[in-house]
Amino acid sequence: MTVSTPAWLATNEQTTNAKQALDQQTFETVQWHFHDSTGSPFWLAKKAEFKFDPLKDVKVFDDLKKFPEFEDEWLRGGPINRWIPKGLLGKPAYVFETGGTTGIPKSRMVIDDFKIDYELFSHTLPDEYFPKGSNWLMLGPSGPRRLRLAIEHLCQYRGGICFCIDLDPRWVVKLIKKGWMEHLEEYKRHCIDQAITVLTANHDIKCMFTTPKLLESLAVGLAEKDTSIQEIGITGIFSGGTEFTPQWTRFCVEELLGGPAEESGVYMTPTYGNTLMGLACSRPVTIDDGYTIAYYAPQPRAVVEVVDFEDHTKVVGYGETGRVKLYTMTKEFFVPGFLERDEGEREMPYKKYPWDGVSGVRPYRAFASSTTVGVY
Amino acid sequence: MLTINPIRWGKQYKSLDFQEVFHFDTGEPIAKIGQVNGGMVEMDMRKASNARKALRSIPTADLISRCKKAAHMFEHETLPLGDGHQSVDDFIHQQSASTGLPEHMCRNNMQKNCFVLSNIDTILDSLTRGLDLEIFSRGYGEEGRNVTVSFQCQTPVLGAVLPNNSPGVHTLWLPAVPLQVGLVLKPGSQEPWTPYRMISAFIEAGIPAEAFCLYPGGHDVGSTILNKCSRSMIFGSAQTVEQYSGNSKVQAHGPGFSKILIGDDVVDQWEDYLDMMVESVLSNSGRSCINCSGIWASRHTKAIGEALAAKIGATEILPPNNPKAALAAFTNPLMAKGTYAMVQQDIAESGVIDMTASYGERLVERERAAYLRPMVVTADSPQRAVAMKEYMFPFVSVVQCSQKDMIKSIGPTLVGTALTADAAWIDDLTNATHIDRLNIGPMPTSRLNWLQPHEGNLIDFLFRSRAYQVVPMRVAQTV
Repeated sequence: MTVSTPAWLATNEQTTNAKQALDQQTFETVQWHFHDSTGSPFWLAKKAEFKFDPLKDVKVFDDLKKFPEFEDEWLRGGPINRWIPKGLLGKPAYVFETGGTTGIPKSRMVIDDFKIDYELFSHTLPDEYFPKGSNWLMLGPSGPRRLRLAIEHLCQYRGGICFCIDLDPRWVVKLIKKGWMEHLEEYKRHCIDQAITVLTANHDIKCMFTTPKLLESLAVGLAEKDTSIQEIGITGIFSGGTEFTPQWTRFCVEELLGGPAEESGVYMTPTYGNTLMGLACSRPVTIDDGYTIAYYAPQPRAVVEVVDFEDHTKVVGYGETGRVKLYTMTKEFFVPGFLERDEGEREMPYKKYPWDGVSGVRPYRAFASSTTVGVY
Repeated sequence: MLTINPIRWGKQYKSLDFQEVFHFDTGEPIAKIGQVNGGMVEMDMRKASNARKALRSIPTADLISRCKKAAHMFEHETLPLGDGHQSVDDFIHQQSASTGLPEHMCRNNMQKNCFVLSNIDTILDSLTRGLDLEIFSRGYGEEGRNVTVSFQCQTPVLGAVLPNNSPGVHTLWLPAVPLQVGLVLKPGSQEPWTPYRMISAFIEAGIPAEAFCLYPGGHDVGSTILNKCSRSMIFGSAQTVEQYSGNSKVQAHGPGFSKILIGDDVVDQWEDYLDMMVESVLSNSGRSCINCSGIWASRHTKAIGEALAAKIGATEILPPNNPKAALAAFTNPLMAKGTYAMVQQDIAESGVIDMTASYGERLVERERAAYLRPMVVTADSPQRAVAMKEYMFPFVSVVQCSQKDMIKSIGPTLVGTALTADAAWIDDLTNATHIDRLNIGPMPTSRLNWLQPHEGNLIDFLFRSRAYQVVPMRVAQTV
């Protein structure tokens, strides 16, 4: 049997170069975080517990397997300052949180990473659909989350002004858990009504960020007013925050956006990311590819692996299913392997992102029943 | 393997998401069912008025004759289903495979649905108290005493979030079609068979396909149907019923807590009614809301419990294709284990005795499924928690309670069969608003007369009676 090679596949040369860049980034990041003059109090304290010396024993990416898995519990509670590397002391710092519906949220200290991540992401956006200088709408969680500032920075980086509509995901999760579905509907409508008001107020908004569920609600809300995302002038949508399935993406493209971008003039790009990692971009989603959503981390600053459910140091074969494992390696933050609450299939390197990706991302089967996915 | 696609206003939609259905006993793959999402339902509901428009284009008399034709096809013919066809035997096998019900029970449920559709004219005549159906179609008309009546349809479609494992409930939504109201159905994940086959029969019998949507999918699909259809039904737990109580848009069907109440005037002859009690408890493997979950009497409760246990306690598990199989499987074994754990809690209470304890193990676990064999327990007072329980298998509590306290103690009761000739007590029972269907005399709770409304009259749910006055107008002739 002959297996045809996908046209999007990266060349060997591209993957080799990417691997070298990753090894280089790994070495430099570990040197920075574990050197007494530049490292953070957290990692310098941890270093004493290791049976190896990160400064001497970690030279390439594969050496990160020597570290224990990063526990997100370490991010709950303070002091937040223990995460600030000495080398960056004195710079203005932000804190971004995840979770927090009940109990102490996980906190990540950030200085410039979110700006760098979204600037890198900006270069992946097609200008045809995300015109430089156009205004944006950010319809999603703000508050303690990274998104508001990140999207706003992305928009400003591209020369526009960002309008923001807030949605509090912690309240959404509470509404779902309490079974207050009428309140949930009303809250969703409250957000969508504000979005429609902004979109119809002549602000020349052409691009937006929103979550899949809010995008669906916005499209339905516009349809109830006999208009559409296409008619209202949106041409570029960057979406993320919750799971994308190929079926939902197809529904979105065919029925909410008016067809594929080349026909409807509306381009939607799914993304995958969180506060720990940057932003993973997707391979272009096409009918021919069965609406497969394959994500690629912003290497070498972050890496996504798909690992065996039992042995988290073992990467599964291409096309095989495993748990999503993230690595972050920037001067601000170091995560030497964190098991996400997701699973998916390992994807081959893409020419634009010549390293492994992950597709079919969905809640990890062991956690799936306890995961609440609301309007956010 | 059969692929069943969602249906959106009569058109098959080839989804990229599927749920596979396996035979509970053999593990054999039966079908894969395409899934939709709530947003899709929401977008489709904008066109709901077309469904009623299509049905109103056909006179009700024609719709009724097409319904009767559909009934025949449903019961006897091979019909298109998904990417293939389905014979009657396929249907029975598939339904048994995914719900765990023995095949002969599936056949009985099929006949029940068919009976309702075959007699839809008589049933509608009863539900409307003899009004001309054209009045419902046109919205107003002459009642017959020189009085104008108007019934305004409250929705172009009836939504229904259907249950997983009770193929008998489909009779409730069938009358919508001849009333020219479209159907938006979310089939249960294990019981897509009846709604799909029924819609296929409707379409084959000439009823406009654009009147129907079938949306297999997750919880968001169900909640969107309930939210977007002006009238809908849901089948679920007591919590589901509680959640929608007071919501005039939603008719919620939950556990029945159906009961047999024995009056003091006949309780000493309780043995005469034992077979009727057995049928009420055991039919359809105790799965229906109309199965009896409580037998209440002022005395002889221990003897009644012993006699019932002797009749049903030894019921054996037989293969689903055995015509004598009386027990359905729990296709999700965890559900059987969970149910049994709750029963164990019930019988641990002082004053409660398990009369079936000596008839062998009740929880029987198999490789892919589990069974719960019939249980009879006695309770020495209505205060025992078990007196208000209903489970998805043949389970009955025989509760000791004086006749004078019985009506106020029984709680909500979908079907109440009262064994009595005591006129004063019958009058009290007739006026008890927490009893829905009332049988006076030895009628098994599980035997329904379809000419009577069930859990509310569908006409009252779908239509609103209102004033409609017509004064002749003189209109200038146009040239």
